[in-house]
Amino acid sequence: MAHKQDQILRTKFTERLCHWSIVVCFFLAATSGISWFFPTFSWMSNFLGTPQMARALHPFLGIAVFVGLCYMFKRFVHHNMPVRSDSIWFRNVKSVLLADHSKKLRIGKYNAGQKILFWLIMSSIVVLLLSGLVMWRAYFAEFFPIWMLRLAILAHSVAGIGLILLIMGHIYLAIWVRGSITGMVTGYVSKSWARQHHDRWAEELKAKESEKA
Amino acid sequence: MNSQNIIRRSATSSLTPAPQIRDHQVEVAKLIDVTTCIGCKACQVACNEWNDLRGEVETNVGVYDNPRDLHPDTWTLMRFTEHETEDNGLEWLIRKDGCMHCEDPGCLKACPAPGAIVQYANGVVDFQSDNCIGCGYCVAGCPFDVPRISKKDNKAYKCTLCSDRLAVGQEPACAKTCPTGAIAFGSKEDMKELAATRVAELQERGYDNAGLYDPAGVGGTHVMYVLHHADEPGLYAGLPKDPKISAVVEGWKDLLKPAAAVAGAVAVGAMAAHFIGVGPNTTDDDHPDGRSGLRPEDETDTTEAGKVTNLPRHAAE
Repeated sequence: MAHKQDQILRTKFTERLCHWSIVVCFFLAATSGISWFFPTFSWMSNFLGTPQMARALHPFLGIAVFVGLCYMFKRFVHHNMPVRSDSIWFRNVKSVLLADHSKKLRIGKYNAGQKILFWLIMSSIVVLLLSGLVMWRAYFAEFFPIWMLRLAILAHSVAGIGLILLIMGHIYLAIWVRGSITGMVTGYVSKSWARQHHDRWAEELKAKESEKA
Repeated sequence: MNSQNIIRRSATSSLTPAPQIRDHQVEVAKLIDVTTCIGCKACQVACNEWNDLRGEVETNVGVYDNPRDLHPDTWTLMRFTEHETEDNGLEWLIRKDGCMHCEDPGCLKACPAPGAIVQYANGVVDFQSDNCIGCGYCVAGCPFDVPRISKKDNKAYKCTLCSDRLAVGQEPACAKTCPTGAIAFGSKEDMKELAATRVAELQERGYDNAGLYDPAGVGGTHVMYVLHHADEPGLYAGLPKDPKISAVVEGWKDLLKPAAAVAGAVAVGAMAAHFIGVGPNTTDDDHPDGRSGLRPEDETDTTEAGKVTNLPRHAAE
């Protein structure tokens, strides 16, 4: 299906590979993190074998997520810069949520909500990395005063919970908007999908195509 | 005392509490009379002997503290302070440092591993090392900077108040061995009485500020000190004046945690309601019967998009 006439390559192979590697690492890091923040869910650390193994692996998985997101940042940041037409999306967020596609919202490769998600993910991973290094007992925690450990644990919890909530929303919206998950698995979306959800992006692609022709 | 006498257990919700029914045991306490201590370190040796600890031999750094700090292999430590009094006198203040066995233990509050820290009905706070995961949260939770994490096995260690000796009716090894009787052990009530007698003696001898250290901020402790300068506990190698579980730790456990639980539940509920209400967001061309279809051929610029001009263009890759 990859080269059918009505398909558009939306996400390249390396980007998809990066995305799904992050999914695996983030799932394991997030579930083990939840197991410590909400001990009622302590069974979640068993995805990594034992609670002790989870404690040992969690920081490395977090760093893997950070590295993956660095690549994502490099690849996607220019699509996620705010533009003036983002305000149209904000003004029409109600019709977006009601799946009302009658209005043209001048949406580029990513809509304003996706851009906010992008920047919030990037900022929370920075907080998680820095606080995580401070509280990493096996290697670094001993070099920091206790008041700093306390703040690091609090910051890590806030950023971790925030990121998990964001990713829950991200997963839901991917399930809700049909064609998105196929897009991230195969890389391809249909032209009508692009026109419907990212009209300006679809137009730009069309213009580019006719330029070439 | 037996394993059924655990009344508090780390990472255990108040909805599913530790066994409560046999909580009728006498609360115990260790009373350390700092004014009678001669700094012989017999208690340190007894602790190492009984608990089978072999700390690494360190080098002398010019002070009597040996080893330099509490350690996974050193659960109690004499801390020496040379205090100059107002009349140019010298007081050698020697405090036996170690776990205070708080009534409201910060370590237990912070610990995320179920059952890695427990509190017995008699007041002893104990680390169950096989359940410990080595995260170090107990270090952040403790107002006295007591727990230490081992580099050998990534587990937290501290004084157990010789819970194994107490279980068979013996006193802690340090109390047993102290040659001056500076360490007494018994019921908390008895120890408070003993302390009151000693404090009265000290006050009679001119130590007007002598008193008992049993800080209320952590609900009292099951290790207490008699101090000549109870008004200035900081003189004794930084003993905190009003120890409390840090507001940061309390905010994390008592505010952020319930708020995050509500946020998570609301998020899941809202997403489910949205999906049930709106249904999947399908592409109109794939479903010709869908509402509000927008075809490329009937694109007319009647929407708000027409109002925005000079939009920056982002060419797709």
